[in-house]
Amino acid sequence: MYAYDEIDRTLVNERVSEFRDQVKRRLSGELTEDEFKILRLQNGVYLQLHAYMFRVAIPYGTLASNQLRALAHVARKYDRGYGHFTTRQNIQFNWIKLAELPDALADLAEVGIHAMQTSGNNMRNVTSDQWAGVAPGEIEDPRIWSELIRQHTTLHPEFSFLPRKFKIAITASDHDRAAIKIHDIGLRLIKNEKGETGFEVLVGGGLGRTPFIGKTIKHFVHGRDILSYIEAILRVYNQYGRRDNIYKARIKILVHELGIEKFSREVEEEWQHIRNSSLQIDDEVVEDIRSRFAYPSYEKLPHMPDELRQAAADSDFEAWRKNSVAPHKVQGYSIVTISLKPIGAPPGDATAEQMDALADLADRYSFGEIRVGHEQNLALPHVAKRDLPALWKALDKLGLATPNVNLITDIIACPGLDYCSLANARSIPIAQELTRRFANHELANLIGRLHINISGCINACGHHHVGHIGILGVEKNGEEVYQITIGGRADESAALGNLIGPGVKFDEVADVVEDIVEAYLALRERPEELFMDTVKRLGVEPFKERVYATR
Amino acid sequence: MPLVNGGKIADDSFVKLAVDTPLPEGGDILVPAERFVGEADALLKRTGKVGVIWPNNRDIAELVPYLGKIAVVALVFPTFRDGRAYSQARLLRERYNYRGELRATGQILRDQFVFMLRAGFDSFDVKKQADAEAFMQTAKRYSVFYQPTGDGRITALHRRMQLRHSEGVGT
Repeated sequence: MYAYDEIDRTLVNERVSEFRDQVKRRLSGELTEDEFKILRLQNGVYLQLHAYMFRVAIPYGTLASNQLRALAHVARKYDRGYGHFTTRQNIQFNWIKLAELPDALADLAEVGIHAMQTSGNNMRNVTSDQWAGVAPGEIEDPRIWSELIRQHTTLHPEFSFLPRKFKIAITASDHDRAAIKIHDIGLRLIKNEKGETGFEVLVGGGLGRTPFIGKTIKHFVHGRDILSYIEAILRVYNQYGRRDNIYKARIKILVHELGIEKFSREVEEEWQHIRNSSLQIDDEVVEDIRSRFAYPSYEKLPHMPDELRQAAADSDFEAWRKNSVAPHKVQGYSIVTISLKPIGAPPGDATAEQMDALADLADRYSFGEIRVGHEQNLALPHVAKRDLPALWKALDKLGLATPNVNLITDIIACPGLDYCSLANARSIPIAQELTRRFANHELANLIGRLHINISGCINACGHHHVGHIGILGVEKNGEEVYQITIGGRADESAALGNLIGPGVKFDEVADVVEDIVEAYLALRERPEELFMDTVKRLGVEPFKERVYATR
Repeated sequence: MPLVNGGKIADDSFVKLAVDTPLPEGGDILVPAERFVGEADALLKRTGKVGVIWPNNRDIAELVPYLGKIAVVALVFPTFRDGRAYSQARLLRERYNYRGELRATGQILRDQFVFMLRAGFDSFDVKKQADAEAFMQTAKRYSVFYQPTGDGRITALHRRMQLRHSEGVGT
């Protein structure tokens, strides 16, 4: 993980003191709520239905154990004892008091955590693959570049008041776990024919009311030019992005209205002015950042230790191992995903006790490191295989060993009407009901990989457009109505789902999902054909027939 | 609205002219962009300095032929959430080498001072007296900067390289 130096620490502390002044001016009335709103949003503070919500950044999803403990501390001291992990590698606290916020920030700053630009119309937390640095076959660790971009985008003097929010994601693996195609800028780390690092740059992806899959704007931008290229995109966007209508203000609309060719010409022209400037990054700068990422000293361990062989007799352990443990680039180690989707609970929540205990387990079994993924699950990235049985027992005691990663109950959902002032419908109760319907592990396993995404309004925080099954709650004549799509996906083959028919009522959603799943089980050619592949092969029609035949 | 110039509250010698206000004989004037572009020759012949108020949706490159002759460019923040003028400011300073006064006008709060200084502004039509009085203190709020801009402040990456090299001496 990246260790802050004195320079980074100073900046975070300066930001805390600025925010303290802003809160003080709000509380004294010197700032109007209208003025304060923009300022608090620059620092991750929303006003929700019941209280202020506080969103804290976990850049590129990497946390050290002491940082996770600090998050637990904030949950305990300033909130109601839990936090909620989001789809963009952030954590949210839902019950924070405005007057205490500066202190919470100061406590987090001590361990190098901040909330800068976790909301507002600026460049948001840079996200990446939660398996960065440990995934087999990865080209190189994308977090080095994520950190460079994080620094460059933090308190940017030109781009802190953009037309709308702006999100950047980076991946360095063939399989895209960072959902780069639904970001304002998506970066795919690649090598050119000389073996030099660079990026395929995508632009204009995003969900919300008007979803778009990102388009490639340049096939290769050399690593040394990546900051100037991003700056050129932002400068074009800052000047020409629409400001008359917030629903048309994202860069995806500008790209769509101008067309990718014209947009890329504008960017190219701007870039030629600035590419040979102090924005150029030389190798030494990259090495300096790299040197502050600590990598574990792995042991030489056998591929199949005795402990694992013995534990294989335990079917519960085996179910968990097969589901939640993934190959690591180093022999004898594994990546362990920790499901935050226990049956019947809100997706993505963790209690302070769970966070503390997990921090201890990370110290013991994962070189003190924890990762956060956009699926609202956590991961321990460096677990020796011999430790898997002991880790599983410990996780199970904490309620963190639900073997449902990537299965139908591993649901992504926004907070919905239970918390959010923008929502039109509830999301969490739908997710809870669905996890109960599919609580049987054999059934979920039989269904195989299937992602359900739920959003409680058109703003699409639950990424319903790219769910294999997407559920969007809207309000119609004072009632919650849910529109169901199928066939979306957020990975390297990202696609938007298609509507299966008219919306259904709150009580019917779980039944409809069951119908869709039954149709799939009957229609798939063989057990290995995943839900999304069956939908791709057959289209929406047979599912629609099944769902609406009896309704 | 107090004007902050050169780091402190200062008198404003410029009179703002509307599109149709008769041209005063002498004195310093600030003129809206469309009037300036239409009457540039006449305006620049007068005694007294000329400044221009440039809207944030008009191409700043149009001003380039006049930059050596005008005393003030005033860029506009209709609300402080509209950040287009930051880009215009950097282009003026960094691409077109404008060296005259660059003034921020509109909804200007203390919370923008650091960004504005970094983008090249050096005078500020501040909305609130208390913010104007807090200028110097606020301007010094940050000592670390991650991005290079035309203001010459040393960036974090650059400072790290210096540290690295000084540590490297003799080892």
